[in-house]
Amino acid sequence: MKEPKQLSVSAIQNGTVIDHIPAKNLFKVIQILGLDHIENQITFGTNLESKRLGRKAIIKISGIFFEDEDINRIALVAPEAKLNIIRDYEVVEKRVVKVPDTIIGIAKCMNPKCITNFEQVTTRFRVVSKKIVALKCHYCEKITNQENLHII
Amino acid sequence: MKNRSLVSIDDLTTNDILKILDLAVEFEKNPVQKLLEGRVIATLFFEPSTRTRLSFESAINRLGGKIVGFSDASSSSVSKGETLYDTIRTVNNYCDLIVMRHPVEGSARFASEIATVPVINAGDGANQHPTQTLLDLYSIRKTQGTLDNLNIFMVGDLKYGRTVHSLMMAMSRWNATFNFIAPDELKMPDEFKLYLDNMGLKYYEHTDFTDIISRADIIYMTRVQRERFSDPIEYEKVKNVYVLKDKMLKNTKPNMRILHPLPRVNEIHIDVDRNPKAYYFEQALNGVYTRQAILCSLLGIK
Repeated sequence: MKEPKQLSVSAIQNGTVIDHIPAKNLFKVIQILGLDHIENQITFGTNLESKRLGRKAIIKISGIFFEDEDINRIALVAPEAKLNIIRDYEVVEKRVVKVPDTIIGIAKCMNPKCITNFEQVTTRFRVVSKKIVALKCHYCEKITNQENLHII
Repeated sequence: MKNRSLVSIDDLTTNDILKILDLAVEFEKNPVQKLLEGRVIATLFFEPSTRTRLSFESAINRLGGKIVGFSDASSSSVSKGETLYDTIRTVNNYCDLIVMRHPVEGSARFASEIATVPVINAGDGANQHPTQTLLDLYSIRKTQGTLDNLNIFMVGDLKYGRTVHSLMMAMSRWNATFNFIAPDELKMPDEFKLYLDNMGLKYYEHTDFTDIISRADIIYMTRVQRERFSDPIEYEKVKNVYVLKDKMLKNTKPNMRILHPLPRVNEIHIDVDRNPKAYYFEQALNGVYTRQAILCSLLGIK
């Protein structure tokens, strides 16, 4: 009998693996981290089976190491994401993302009457609930909740 | 408070609030003081609000200040497509302080971040109107002799009424008890009730006026507007339920006073006006003293 052929997402030598991204939010993560604008080698897989998330996505980025401040920006769309920092094919560090206390310039205020939806204003929110994300707009003071969350 | 803006009542500490109220007492005793001589105040009213604008302009005039500005957006460069950012950057050069009313929520916070002079929010859409809250607090303290431990009744549109929300949040600093009287469609939103729960304050909800108002120290009336109802039949059902009439005041406490942010339509019957417990027109006068106090505090004059 022939061994079934298996293709796996190739390992990286140096860089970051972001695992446990909800599959539906993969492209939002790519957008928030600006991965569509960099030259580095990136591989990703999506709709992979996950006991925790149902379907998950994974991103492997070669040659990039994120600061906490940068990576926490994805917490809005991938709160359970885990990072593996790879050096010389070995996992040297594991990190989790944390929802930050303030969100600047990522999310859109859901209030159509908010100034941020009229003029060029960088949105700014205070995170009032982290488990089920709820953001209070610095400008109009209205709450944008998880189900109405749009990434700019 | 010098050089600070006043955008939301939450920007002020309890101490700031009391200082403004104390200063307003001074202006009530002596309203004409030329403290703003040589100063220019811009009043930018991107939507009309006769009452608020006249109250501010009266306050500025009594202080000897000069006013530049407009009373609706059609007579400003907004009609040419200018952004708020550009308007504020420009007007900032012409004045020592900006008073602004704008229909867009959060516009006052945005303006305060652009301007180098203090900005007073005179209403930003359904969001905040802190000078109204301060004059309400002044009126409550003046009539009750204290802000502590009062029983506040709020009546009418408690869902959309920003004045009741701000006043409720402010009064929660002084251990108030609240009674909310509103139709189901216009009930106090859950987020505010949650806030009171977290503060450990008591509140009670009612759908109609009853003898319960005999316990009130303050009855704060608001307008129930037809356009707030999704179903016009619902409006017809409730439109006369939330009308205060003189005979209903028979068993109310002697210290009780009726407040209303005005304009009134029919929610307070005119027969109440003769009752000494009616306080809404005096409340409007208090607005001038309170705004004098706010202007001087933010300019660091007093």
